[in-house]
Formats: sequence, C-alpha cells, structure tokens
Amino acid sequence: MDFRYTEEQLALQETLQRFIARDYGFEQRRAFAKAEPGFSTAAWRQYAELGLLALPFPEEYGGLDGGAVDVMAVMERVGQGLLLEPYLSTVVLCGGILRDSASAALRSAILPQIAAGEVKLALAAYEAAGRYELNHVATTAVAESGGWRLNGRKSVILDAPSADCFLVSARSSGAVGERAGVSLFLVPRAASGLKVLPYATQSGARAGDLELTDTRIEGAALIGEPGQALGALERGVDGAIAALCAEACGIVGALNQATLAYLKSRKQFGVPIGVFQALQHRMADMYIAEEQIRSMAIIAAVNAGGTDARSRGRALAAAKAYIGQAARFVGQQAVQLHGAMGVVDDLIISHYFKRLTMIDMTFGDADFHFARFSDAGEQGTHQAA
Amino acid sequence: MDLNFTPEEEAFRAEVRAFLAGELPRDISDKLRLGRRLTKDDMVRWQKILFRRGWGAGMWPQRFGGAGWNVVQQHIFEEECAAANAPPQIPFSLRMVAPVIMAFGNERQQQYFLPRIVSGEDWWCQGYSEPGSGSDLASLRTGAVREGDHYVVSGQKTWNTLGQYADWIFCLVRTSSEARPQSGISFLLIDMKTAGISVRPIITLEGEHEINDIFFENVRVPVANLVGEENKGWTYAKFLLNHERTSNAGVGNCKRSLTQLKQIAAVQSVNGRPLIEDPRFRDRIAQVELELMALEITNLRVLSAFARENRPPGAEVSALKIKGSEIIQQLAELKMRALGHDALPYLREALDPEWSAEPLLGSHYLSYAPSLSGQYFNLRKTTIYAGSTEIQKNIISKMILGL
Repeated sequence: MDFRYTEEQLALQETLQRFIARDYGFEQRRAFAKAEPGFSTAAWRQYAELGLLALPFPEEYGGLDGGAVDVMAVMERVGQGLLLEPYLSTVVLCGGILRDSASAALRSAILPQIAAGEVKLALAAYEAAGRYELNHVATTAVAESGGWRLNGRKSVILDAPSADCFLVSARSSGAVGERAGVSLFLVPRAASGLKVLPYATQSGARAGDLELTDTRIEGAALIGEPGQALGALERGVDGAIAALCAEACGIVGALNQATLAYLKSRKQFGVPIGVFQALQHRMADMYIAEEQIRSMAIIAAVNAGGTDARSRGRALAAAKAYIGQAARFVGQQAVQLHGAMGVVDDLIISHYFKRLTMIDMTFGDADFHFARFSDAGEQGTHQAA
Repeated sequence: MDLNFTPEEEAFRAEVRAFLAGELPRDISDKLRLGRRLTKDDMVRWQKILFRRGWGAGMWPQRFGGAGWNVVQQHIFEEECAAANAPPQIPFSLRMVAPVIMAFGNERQQQYFLPRIVSGEDWWCQGYSEPGSGSDLASLRTGAVREGDHYVVSGQKTWNTLGQYADWIFCLVRTSSEARPQSGISFLLIDMKTAGISVRPIITLEGEHEINDIFFENVRVPVANLVGEENKGWTYAKFLLNHERTSNAGVGNCKRSLTQLKQIAAVQSVNGRPLIEDPRFRDRIAQVELELMALEITNLRVLSAFARENRPPGAEVSALKIKGSEIIQQLAELKMRALGHDALPYLREALDPEWSAEPLLGSHYLSYAPSLSGQYFNLRKTTIYAGSTEIQKNIISKMILGL
C-alpha cells in the first residue's frame, strides 16, 4: 500500500499550480468564462504542450501511458483553479471510452489527435426526463447501407459547443430503459442534420443540447458491437466520476484553505472570528470532511480502471455518493462562514461552491449513487481495495 | 498510489489467519461472537499466547520485545483478529504506558516494565481523570509530595477502566502548584498493591462493572518510579493520549461490527422479508459503511505518514478518534434497532458463557441478541473517553488549523 503521489505526479501538480498562479487567476478566469468559447484556447494549447492531453493514452497512440491516479493529480488542480477547458469531456470521458472500447482503427485515428490537442469531444449520452440513467435512450439508430441514421435529442452535453466530435448513444433495438440495444457512435460535428443548442452552465463552462435529424454516419463510426454499448458507457462514466471526485477534492482543499484564512483575518466584536468555538468546531468538521473526501477520491482513482464492472461500480458509487454529501457540506459551510462575503460573485468562494454543486449533479448525484451503493450492499463486508 | 497489498503482506495475512485458526481459544472467541462477558483471565491468556508467538506487541520496536510491524502489518493483524473474534489486547499497557516508558522512561524502567507488559504478566490501568478534572485534565489535584526517596500520593482518580484487574497504575499527579497548571504535573508509576490504595466500582448504564474510582491515601511511591522529569508529566500525558488515539479509529472492530449488523439484518424480518432487503434500513447500514470505507483509508494514510516521517502521532489522530468512535456507536445502535422489541429484555445472566436462550425466549431469539442493547448503551462512552469529540475538535482547531 502506498498513498503518495510519485515525484512525477507531484511535479505535474506543481507545474499546474504555477500555471494557475500565472495564467489563470480569478479575474482571468472570469474573462475566459464571459467570452466565447467559454474557456482559454491558449490554456488548451498549453495543456497539449505539457502532455496533459496525452496523459491517459497508450504510447502507441502518442500518449503518456498514465493511469487514473495521474488523472487524479491533474484533476485536483483543475478543481483548485476552476479550470474551464473541456479536459474532463475530451480526455478523461470520451478519450477514455475510445481508448477502452473503440476498434484499433478508430483508436489510431483519433487518440493521437486528442493527445495533440487537435480535436475536442463531448459525450451525448443523457436525454430529457432520463435524469442520470444511461439506459434511458429514446434516440434511434437505424442501420442503412454502409452506415446509420440517427434521430433524436440529447440533453445537457457538457462542453458541446466547442466539441469537434460527439460520442452519441442511440438505440438500435429494444425499448427505452432497456440495457440491451444501446449503441454508441462517433459523430462529427459537421454531420448532416446535427444541431447544437448551446448555453452556459452554472460554473460558466459551456454545454448544450443536441438535435439529430436524419443524421447519417458511416458504419466505421460505431464503437463496439451494435446494441452492446452500455457497459462501455458505464465504464467511461465511472472513469469520469473518479476524475470528478478528484476535482471535488481539489476544490474542498481550496475552500478550506480560504475559509480558514478568513476565520483568522475577519474581525468582529474586536477579535478574529476564528476565536469563537462554534466556528472552530465547524472548521474542524470541514477539515475532517476533507480528509475523508481525499480517501474516497483515492478509492475512486485506484478502482477507476477496474474491468470487473460490479466491484468497480460499487467503489465508484461509494466515492461519488460520499463526496457528494461531504463536499456539499464543505461548500455550504464555506459560504456560511464567509458570511455575506460567501454569497457575492466577486469572491472565488461562491464559484467554488457552484462548481461543487455541479460536480454532485453530474453523472449521478449523491442520492443516485447512494442508492446504487446501498442496493449492491447486501453481500458481505466491503473491500476498499 | 496503490491500495493493493504486496505479496509479502498477503503472506503475512495468511500467517496471521493460520495462527488465529490454530491458537485462538474457542471458548474466548465464542464469548466475543456471542457478546458474553470477558474475564481478566481470558484477556491475559490471549496476551500470553500472542507473546509466545512473538506477537505480544506488534508495533513495538524489536529491541523492546515487539514484533516491529509497520502500519500496514498492524492493520492486517487487527483486521484478522477482529474477524476471528479475538479479544482486544490491553490498551493501557501496550498502547498507552509502554510508549511513554520507551520514549521518556529510564533504562531501568524500560528493562523492568516492558518485558512484563509484553508477556502479559502485568496489567496496567490509567490514573488520569479526577472528579473535578475531566476535559480540563490539567486542573488535576491528586498531589504527590516528595519525602526523601518517596512521593506521598493523596487524592482520587476516576473513570479508571478495569483497575480491579490491575497490577500497576500510571498516574498524573500534581508536584507543583506554582506555575500554570500544565507545568506542575508529573507522571508516576504506582504498584496497585501499595498500602493506601482502594478501588471502588462504578456501575455504568448497562449494569456492568468496567470502571472505578481509585482513592490514594498517603500512598508511598519510590522516586525511582517517576517517569522522565518532575513537572514534565503533561508532555508525556499528551504523547500518551496521541498514541492512545491511534487505536481509537478501531477499523478492525468496526468491520466486525458491520459484518455482524448485516448478519442480524439478514435474520430479522420485516413484512416477511429479511430486514436487509428493506431499503430504509439498508440505507442506514450503507451510510455507516461509507464512512467506514473512507476512515479505513484515512487511518492508513495518517498512520503511515507518521511512520514515514518518523514522528510520534500528532493531532491528526483526533480526526480518526472522532470518526471511529461515531461509527462504532452507529453500528451498535443499528444492531440494537435491528432486533426490534427483542432489544427490550434486560438479561444480565445472558452475558454468562453458559447461558442459553431456551426456553425463555424461543428459538427465534438470536443467541447474541441479549448483549446488543447493553453494547449500545456501553458504547456511548466512545465519544466521551480519551478526550470527548468536542475536545478533539478543540485540538484540531488549535494544533492543525491554528485557530
């Protein structure tokens, strides 16, 4: 057992920390979020140069052969800096699905482009009224000569406006809600009948809905076997969940640091408010929550690459559920302890809080994953590792 | 970062498991399994078995007779012991006074006391709290006055655990009232057979005798039994408390309790189905299990950092103590609640090893059920002893957060 980052991982974190201090201050970030495309294209180029975009891919595809713990190290800093770039969507989520489930030909075609920063992707998996269920797919995929025809609408696709390609889940057989029958396609933005309806999200990052009207794609765009994509989707989302857990961990660390500094500097009744025991104990609870969150983020990272869907799913559900609850506590209390300063837009606290809230409600919230964990919990004792 | 055990660690686990299967006396493990009362002899017998195997004190350095285990080995050992229903080792000896003697005692004290602890020959108890000094421990008043080669100790200690079994007591005593309270305290080792010591039981809410008042009336203690320097006892006391709290996470025990809870919930029924299939109850189990999953990793992270940085346990253990004590309470509460109204009978005789439920309550009555309510009541102590949860938060605020 070893709970430490390697020298390389620590160096990577330090590089990112310097980058954030220099190029991604709070005001700079606000400017990025306000203008199109809602993030910094210069930062994206820098990520490519730093190798971040190549991190979790095999060397043969121009990658660095990193694993989920390397991604964890990066995502902690993504959280701390509230970075807006579509790293999670492109590299971790879609890149991960393509790496694990696409044909060798497709991998060779696209992974080197992701690694080089030449292509951005977004996952179009969820649909209206389906909440967090990946099998709630009404969008249809009909086989045609040499290809497929897609029709339907996908909801809240994170980073959709900037995506060059989409991974789209569509039903090639079966009824809405069935596990079998869901297929996954790599759809270029330029495909016929594809329309993006863009909007901003609570954190400032962009998202959009996708309309597919008789969208024709070639047969090679199919990922895996027809109708068998749900396992690949779940595995990919589990990987993204681990990354989100790490991002939350980074944010919670930053929030605790900022809140502690505030308790020491803010004076009322002639003294720093941190001398009051009610606030001290709250801060102690936030510190304990941070430690427990970090442990759960570690559990998430080391299980993210697991090929046994059951044990991987249970570990990831546990981590997402726990962090959803505990990070909500830290976020709300950080706002509370900052008093009115916690609710203004001009301070980073509220932005951290909003991003934590979004993280909880992405790929299944605390309740969703708690149910998943609890329902899997009838057998034996847990194994953390 | 890697949560897998190495092949060596897996081999060690197999070794521990085989040892427990062969050497843990069945009559003792049955008591643990069925929630029956443990005797002094049970615990001493087990300590002696461990000692013969060279495992009397796993984490102690080998030069003091320990096994020299690292944090992960100790974790594996505790996990396996809990799973096998082994009794706890006597913490006051092994985890509390011994580290103090190792760090601050003189060579004579180390050579005399440590071998007798690891072999199970001596049973130690703790003389910290006093009627007027609980959370505010530094206000303690039990006095020790120097008379030639002796200290003469007078006063009262309370909340002393299992002192009725003890051969020795380590005591915080006041040797000076001149400066601030913390700087007039000394750490004394006192033979319980010394004239002037009397032990009075305190019966706790579940009806058992676990704790005591201890009275000292002009008890003469050789100066040779002073640990370290006079008036420096507060430093040693805090060092001891941090060592104690490293075991307060109790992950192995929590895991055993969780397993038992799931077993009970599988046997009890609701609407003709096992209770564990009731989502409302299962969610309560799952909520505690999440905390325990996180605590297991937090515990290992914190303890391995101390080991790696070669420093004594610091204030971080307060977080472990808070979480571990809450989890063991919640599990005990759920076990009791799982029984439904079977939790209501108060059957003291059911803690005796030979007790049988027949014919009193019928065959549906789980043989370990009678102890569960008492365990719930008893374990309310965990968030109070060794520094209450609120004191732990004060410590975190001051020592870690700098508030």
